[in-house]
Amino acid sequence: MSHHIIDIDDLYYSYPDGNQVLKGISFRITHGEKVALVGANGAGKSTLLLQFNGCLLPEAGRVRIGEMPVTKKTLKHVRRTVGLIFQDPDDQLFMPMVYDDVAFGPLNLGLTPEEVDRQVMQALAAVGAVHLKDRPPYHLSGGEKRAVAIAAVLSLAPAILVMDEPSSNLDPKTRRQLIDLLKTFEHSLIIATHDLDLVLDLCPRTLVLKEGRIAADGPTRMIMQDEELLASCNLEKPLRLQGCPVCHPV
Amino acid sequence: MHMADALISPAVGGAMWAATAGLTVYSARKLKQDMDDRKLPLMGVLGAFVFAAQMINFTIPATGSSGHLGGGMILAILLGPYAAFLTMASVLTVQALFFADGGLLALGCNIFNLGLFPCFIAYPFIYKKLVGERPTQGRILLGAMAAAILSLQMGAFGVVGETWFSGISELPFFTFMLLMQPIHLAIGVVEGLVTATVVAFVWKARPEILEMAPPMASGAPRSFKPVILGLVALAVFTGGFLSWFASTHPDGLEWAIKGVTGKEEVQAPKTGAHGVLAALQEKLAFLPDYDFRKPEGEPEAKKEESWPDVNPGKSLAGVLGAVITLLLVGAIGFGLKKYAGHHG
Amino acid sequence: MGTIENSLYNIGYLETLSYQATPIHRLDPRVKLLTTMVFIVAVVSFPKYAVGSLIPFILYPVALIALGNVPVGYLGKKILIAAPFAVFIGIFNPLLDRQVMVHLGPLAISGGWVSFASIMLRFVLTVSAALILIAVTGFHQVCAALERLGMPRVFALQLLFLYRYLFVLGGEAARMVRARALRSFDGRGLGFGTYGSLLGHLLLRTLDRAQRLHLAMLSRGFDGEIRLLRPLRLHGRDVGFFLGWTGLFVLLRLYNISQWWGTWVMGLVK
Ligand SMILES: Nc1ncnc2c1ncn2[C@@H]1O[C@H](COP(=O)(O)OP(=O)(O)OP(=O)(O)O)[C@@H](O)[C@H]1O
Ligand SMILES: [Mg+2]
Repeated sequence: MSHHIIDIDDLYYSYPDGNQVLKGISFRITHGEKVALVGANGAGKSTLLLQFNGCLLPEAGRVRIGEMPVTKKTLKHVRRTVGLIFQDPDDQLFMPMVYDDVAFGPLNLGLTPEEVDRQVMQALAAVGAVHLKDRPPYHLSGGEKRAVAIAAVLSLAPAILVMDEPSSNLDPKTRRQLIDLLKTFEHSLIIATHDLDLVLDLCPRTLVLKEGRIAADGPTRMIMQDEELLASCNLEKPLRLQGCPVCHPV
Repeated sequence: MHMADALISPAVGGAMWAATAGLTVYSARKLKQDMDDRKLPLMGVLGAFVFAAQMINFTIPATGSSGHLGGGMILAILLGPYAAFLTMASVLTVQALFFADGGLLALGCNIFNLGLFPCFIAYPFIYKKLVGERPTQGRILLGAMAAAILSLQMGAFGVVGETWFSGISELPFFTFMLLMQPIHLAIGVVEGLVTATVVAFVWKARPEILEMAPPMASGAPRSFKPVILGLVALAVFTGGFLSWFASTHPDGLEWAIKGVTGKEEVQAPKTGAHGVLAALQEKLAFLPDYDFRKPEGEPEAKKEESWPDVNPGKSLAGVLGAVITLLLVGAIGFGLKKYAGHHG
Repeated sequence: MGTIENSLYNIGYLETLSYQATPIHRLDPRVKLLTTMVFIVAVVSFPKYAVGSLIPFILYPVALIALGNVPVGYLGKKILIAAPFAVFIGIFNPLLDRQVMVHLGPLAISGGWVSFASIMLRFVLTVSAALILIAVTGFHQVCAALERLGMPRVFALQLLFLYRYLFVLGGEAARMVRARALRSFDGRGLGFGTYGSLLGHLLLRTLDRAQRLHLAMLSRGFDGEIRLLRPLRLHGRDVGFFLGWTGLFVLLRLYNISQWWGTWVMGLVK
């Protein structure tokens, strides 16, 4: 088994309209690591995440998941290993009932009904959403939708969780609950987000994406202190690190 | 314009159900051959789009009234005929179930009027022909307009025909047609404009989407002909059979019972519950062969129109009976509600 | 304002009614669907001037409303909203058919009015039956039933997707319409031009969403086939419900019990 669970090497990608979004990206992530991916709007974060499970395939360069290069042939295995949670839960929860939705992936894997049921109930329990199982997704609150969307991916028992802006549209308490939930995970975790406080809480390592290239890659604490870098990427130093103006007047 | 259950006869409803069910199965099979797994979510979401779009109104200039989209034509342009037909059918099904627009029996009629015509006739034979292989804004406008007007005219004609065949409404065929066709000419113009505007908008912003829509999935428009003819035959056969059944056997159920038991009337044993019921019937002088049942074999007469007849005594009894029934039903409902309340 | 929100709310409300746990809700959806169909066919199979013989059929919706705990006022409102077309077509009957058919003391009623009453009665019966079906069954269960009864799978899935995204796109449409209303004054801006581009934008968003949705499905192993875990099992009570009601409908179709009570009471009076 390889030392790295995700290995990206000189990755390029352009959308069909010719817009080159990823321009030579390389990095590696090890087992159990929790990594944040930050950058301005349009920097290419979502596009990069879609490469991890082969929703988009590279134009040049290579993506490896564990031992496996991501190609058309390995998609099934890759998608089982990498669980991708979309930014808008409405895109992800498409089945009529929460239970059906969480069962969608396991059923596609061809598990027996008993195994499916076990996986579904485990996943729902992990996010504390068992009581929602017989509800249709459109009647859920934003936080509940997010929890169920996470369960829908956990039910596949992926080794890596990839999340696109998980804390957007959440109220502070629900956001806090999400952070606490994610802290309990032992999966490798990659989170694309603008929420730098969440990054401080969850991810020891941060990747900064700027115009399709990696602008910085290092310990979160150090990157968050680099105001120049942050400003150049439309980011701001998290409030928590800004020093309290009341206690320390300038 | 949705056809309603209350206006159709079982023969017409059944015939249209048979035709649309056949077409649904056929389209589903065609779609499966396509094997484009992008289609499934696309159809669902576009169905929801048509539904949502129908809820948005705009003011029609100079009239003060408001119009909205029908959608069949847009779906056909974006999805091709088979997928569009299934999508339109699903939109109409949800409307029938949730808004009581139309009804379950009339659903066949509505899918026929609003789904089949735009997807399988107007789209391949009008829109495609006019727009050709290289769309321009003018051609799209022209094609969408002509196709929308035509499919609405056919749809309106469908409503007229179905109503007339059912014989529940008194409206004479031509009067009703003269009423419906002009109204739907106006509606068709609006629908055409909306369709053309939206399609042109998409074409300008994302031309690849229109190119992605399979021109005619598999095969030329000609391949529809046998299918459509088959459906018409199916509908005519079902409708014909059902109406023959209804006319020669005014009480189809009795006829069916006869067929099953091989006897003229069910000769219930005069014992047990049957016996009690029969005795009760005799006592109460109730005639099970009430008067609109004409003797077998007589040519089609206006049999049903003899009830309620001009006999005042009988009419009064009818009204009285209706009131009693209503009271009884009300009492039962009330009782059940109480019961449910206690045991709920 | 907010008619779109209202429609969505109404759909959602009808669906929430189906989450209850009354004995009617617990019945197998196939049984409820088939019984509803038999009911509708029985009702529309009556001849044109049938009124009295249709009245006993009111028992079915009434019983389901009572046992299934369906709010009557809400149902009534929905029926009223759906009424215009039937009324519009039906109202020609009294105009065109003026032959007197019924004498009630001094009152002479034309055949047209009798058949109009019949149309209205059919309308209320069929429409309420369909609405009640959803209220006591729920949409996805109706779809499951349809599929089990032989509807093509693609179509059943199509219905589910449509229903799911109805709320999402309906919400988007409502927001766009609100934005339009907030910025159009004196009716300017509600016309065709704005409408076209509003709809065009909604369509583009819809297409984008379809794309993301497809990706989300692929991410979870979608291979063109959607699998559902949904065992349906018929119980004795289901069969009983179906046979009981169907039997009653057949009897009511054959015997006009209204007329029967009436004659009986008249006989007593004399
Ligand atoms: N389907 C697409 N077709 C063409 N271009 C696209 C598509 N999706 C995204 N883009 C373009 O790619 C670039 C990167 O988009 P992406 O969504 O990856 O950014 P992002 O970093 O996730 O931004 P945000 O923080 O706003 O979510 C943008 O310029 C966007 O316009
Ligand atoms: Mg993004």
